[in-house]
Amino acid sequence: MFRPSHFAAVLLFALFASVVFGVTQRSTPPRMVRYGLYCFVLFVGSAIVLSWLMFLIAR
Amino acid sequence: MATTQDKKNEAASGFVYLPLIAGWLVPGAGHFLLRKWGRGALISASILGMFGLGIAMQGKLYAGAHDILDMLGFAGDLGNGLLYVISRAAGWGADQITQTTGDYGTRFIVVAGLLNVIAAVDAHNLRTGRKA
Repeated sequence: MFRPSHFAAVLLFALFASVVFGVTQRSTPPRMVRYGLYCFVLFVGSAIVLSWLMFLIAR
Repeated sequence: MATTQDKKNEAASGFVYLPLIAGWLVPGAGHFLLRKWGRGALISASILGMFGLGIAMQGKLYAGAHDILDMLGFAGDLGNGLLYVISRAAGWGADQITQTTGDYGTRFIVVAGLLNVIAAVDAHNLRTGRKA
């Protein structure tokens, strides 16, 4: 059984979703790569920001 | 020399929904049919990887709809096409989520299905000439 940490799961989720978003939402390879990276950063970045917000609210 | 209209006519001929249906049933197959090998390989690897990790994390495969959340999860799972059918037939995944990673896995499986639907629609758009 595969047991990733919460953050590893976030990274894997962001990686797979960003690849599909990049390939399907843009037409040329350079723009696909740029959009995929943009989505990846947004996925991981928003997860980190929301995690800190929840941590601070819970204190 | 082929004009834009000729290209549109060529794109619109034949069974235009084949890449959509093939892409839904087998992740990436719609793009492979259109000879978009690189795009198809990336989509296939991503969706198969996400679905496989979801199963490996003992994610739940929705078997029916008892409430609205189950219904949405079931719809997402159906997006996986044959992967869902094979997994159900083989008895993969968990019936009940007993640990945190199972919850992650359930989301991975549902999102893999939703991404597969996006990819199948993209293959259809390529087939009809709406996207280059």
